[in-house]
Amino acid sequence: MNNAQFAPWEDPAAKPLIEFKGVTKNYGTFTAIDNIDLKIYPREFFALLGPSGCGKTTLMRMLGGFETVTKGSITIDGEDMAGIPPNKRAVNMMFQSYALFPHLSVADNLAFGLKRSDMPKSEIQGRVEEMLRLVKLQKFAGRKPHQLSGGQKQRVALARALAKAPKLLLLDEPLGALDKKLRQETQFELMDIQEKTGTTFVIVTHDQEEAMTVASRIAVMDDGKLVQVDTPDRIYEAPNSVYVADFIGDVNIIEGGVSNVSGEAAELSWSEGKPAIKGVSGERIQKGSSGAFAIRPEKIAISRDKPVDVHNCVQGVVEDIAYLGNMSTYYVRLDNGSLIKAQTANSRRIARRGLTWEDSVWLSWTDTAGIILPT
Amino acid sequence: MNFSRKALIGIPYVWLLVLFLVPFLIVFKISLSDYAISIPPYTPTLDTTNGWWAGIRELWAGWDFENFVFLTQDDLYWKAYLSSLKIAVIATLLTLLVGFPIAYGMASAPPEWRTSLLMLVILPFWTSFLIRVYAWIGILSNEGFLNQFLMWTGITSEPLVILNTDWAVYIGIVYTYLPFMVLPIYSSLEKLDESLIEAALDLGCTRIGAFWSVTIHLAKPGVIAGSFLVFIPTLGEFVIPSLLGGSKTLMIGKVLWEEFFSNRDWPVAAAVAVILLMILIVPIVLFQQNQQKQREAAK
Amino acid sequence: MRKLSWFNVVSLTFGFAFLYIPMVILVVYSFNESKLVTVWAGFSTKWYGELMQNEAFLDAAWVTLKVAVISSTIATVLGTMAAFVLVRSGRFFGRTLFSGMIYAPLVMPEVITGLSLLLLFIAIGMDRGVMTIVLAHGTFSMCYVSVVVSSRMATFDESLEEAAMDLGCTGWDAFKSVTLPIISPAVISGWLLAFTLSLDDLVIASFTAGPSATTLPIKIFSSVRLGVSPEINALSTIIIALVAIGVITASIASKRAIVRQRRDEQVAR
Repeated sequence: MNNAQFAPWEDPAAKPLIEFKGVTKNYGTFTAIDNIDLKIYPREFFALLGPSGCGKTTLMRMLGGFETVTKGSITIDGEDMAGIPPNKRAVNMMFQSYALFPHLSVADNLAFGLKRSDMPKSEIQGRVEEMLRLVKLQKFAGRKPHQLSGGQKQRVALARALAKAPKLLLLDEPLGALDKKLRQETQFELMDIQEKTGTTFVIVTHDQEEAMTVASRIAVMDDGKLVQVDTPDRIYEAPNSVYVADFIGDVNIIEGGVSNVSGEAAELSWSEGKPAIKGVSGERIQKGSSGAFAIRPEKIAISRDKPVDVHNCVQGVVEDIAYLGNMSTYYVRLDNGSLIKAQTANSRRIARRGLTWEDSVWLSWTDTAGIILPT
Repeated sequence: MNFSRKALIGIPYVWLLVLFLVPFLIVFKISLSDYAISIPPYTPTLDTTNGWWAGIRELWAGWDFENFVFLTQDDLYWKAYLSSLKIAVIATLLTLLVGFPIAYGMASAPPEWRTSLLMLVILPFWTSFLIRVYAWIGILSNEGFLNQFLMWTGITSEPLVILNTDWAVYIGIVYTYLPFMVLPIYSSLEKLDESLIEAALDLGCTRIGAFWSVTIHLAKPGVIAGSFLVFIPTLGEFVIPSLLGGSKTLMIGKVLWEEFFSNRDWPVAAAVAVILLMILIVPIVLFQQNQQKQREAAK
Repeated sequence: MRKLSWFNVVSLTFGFAFLYIPMVILVVYSFNESKLVTVWAGFSTKWYGELMQNEAFLDAAWVTLKVAVISSTIATVLGTMAAFVLVRSGRFFGRTLFSGMIYAPLVMPEVITGLSLLLLFIAIGMDRGVMTIVLAHGTFSMCYVSVVVSSRMATFDESLEEAAMDLGCTGWDAFKSVTLPIISPAVISGWLLAFTLSLDDLVIASFTAGPSATTLPIKIFSSVRLGVSPEINALSTIIIALVAIGVITASIASKRAIVRQRRDEQVAR
């Protein structure tokens, strides 16, 4: 999926499928969407990620035609969507509640949209069977929604939304109602179906792991604005703000002042009498302004003795150890009082057994392990 | 979309305005009119022959409460209001007395019985009200089944006079309104968790003490709702007092009916209606507030 | 485990005896040979035969049925619309007045409703007859229907309608093919409630009926005022039987549906 070739967003000549231009949505005095510009390309699996109330659902419902735009414009395949009702759009949606029609059988649910399209009657049956095969529900065609399990319902909802072969499929928290194990299996199924059908998917989720797994690009939203739009690895490795770094995965934040910026590298002075931390320079940082150093716990090494040849190293005391089976997290209290998480893989059975509570330890990381961000 | 929304709101709205609000305003207007021997038997106070404005001004000048004054002068009316209130209060208490043990028994029954018991309580409610009242005429009359039974057992030697007294009215009201009392009490008792009683016993209550402090307390919302559901319609009841009550049974619904159909004094009938409605506003508002409180508590 | 105490058993026995004995007596004595209702003189069905000969009763029954069918249908359409307005329409001018007019008739004494409607019909010069009773019954029953339907609407998942639109339905098509089938049990029970209210109503019908139209309750009332008659017992028995059959069938059907649904949900797991 994330192969090197598929990156239309880097190609200035690529024609976007969806284009938001200065889109704003107000509910009375409340601004749900604040002046958003965004391009989504054909065949993308695009995730809108953010906490509840950040506007991600509103943004998606605008694509479906369920919300009007207060200001700005949305075009799909070059066509301005203003005033076009949901039933006239080549866009289908998979609802969070699945919204399966309880009075219709699985097959009738799948045929519902086809009967209202210009597909000849004779072809509908064939298309329904094709969709049933796609989601592996051939045996369940005659069942009513209440006779299905949660995972089966989810697949019917997906098949129904795909039956009309839309240009764009919207998925509102599609896996939210499933338990964790089923959710992981379904994520791969979803990616598989997306690839098979070649449909553009826009998914709304608050689950960052899910977004990381399925999406080609992620838009992180906060308070009606897009904070960062990028590929999952860039979002994780090179967040453009403390907000994004904090929202995606686990992170340590050390606050201080930017003491030096030179090209890709930057330094942050954080505690008097201690050498400045070296890290990658984030976007929009300036020498002399305040900043924060963000580093993932798994990028911090922990040792009893002071490591040699490493610039970034600090001393602290182990306050707590969380043993998670495949890895352990050490909570280390520094001299200045801040608490740093360091994670190590338990690749050897007795690895790090030597470290225990109240031990004095050294934490160290390379000059490119962390990033210095503006605050 | 916008047009259909307007039609959706507009059609039931206009229907209710024309067939509910306007008629009510007419009642109000006629209650301020004078009686006349004609058809319709009143002189409309609003005379629009000289145009609306002149009519309204004239109405304002001739605004007259003489029908209401008449109601206060003739003691038939205020006695009827008082006696309606008295009958409604007593009947509500009696319904509570009969209904509570039934609701309590239903809530204590094994869960698999409850649906059937519930249906047995609701079933009579679907049957004609008139027929259920009528059934009691045959039972309560002097040679009726109750007196036959009492004389057969030797409890009395003379037939008791029950029909055409207030007692027959009480029995009729308790009988017909019983489901309205039983259902709300049952639904609040149904939620009663047996472990609450056990906890109360565990904390040193006696059986009866636990009943008072837990069961009765939990049933309170149901008791209040049920009492209003019986009291409000009883106050304006017509069928029961006219079939089971005697000539001395004064209830305002019956007075209104007679004023209208027998005396054909429409302005007075309308004034009677207006006052009845004003009396009813108090319990209706209290009932609404109680329901609102219950809904909020349930959230 | 709850156990029925002797107190519970006694109160349930007496309670249900109180509720049902009057009706049992009514039914039993409808098969009485004697004209005297309270004296048993042997089994006979002659009062049913006489009832069938009584033109006045048959006419009234026909009028009542006509009024009930038409008025409950009107009430169901208007009440369902009103329920949509109450649950879906959000804020609009005069919303408080609207919901007030929906709830007020539920607590309004029948004598006042009847009186006010009669005065309206006279004021606008409308001849009283079947039409006026239909309008009156339609108005107060629509309020009951809208209460029943709106309580169902409150739990209706609106995304079902959105899904229908998303799949190509217009607003009306979505209502017809998705919303209506799903809320239909509530709409049907609303219709049944309106139908029985109309069949049952004496007071409002007495005010709004003209000399040209008499309903069954009006007929029963005027004959009952003169005392108990075996013919009325027979008529009551027929009505009780019809209601009992209707209610029991409906409750068995809904119980079966619940059982089937539970079993299906078991299968799904």
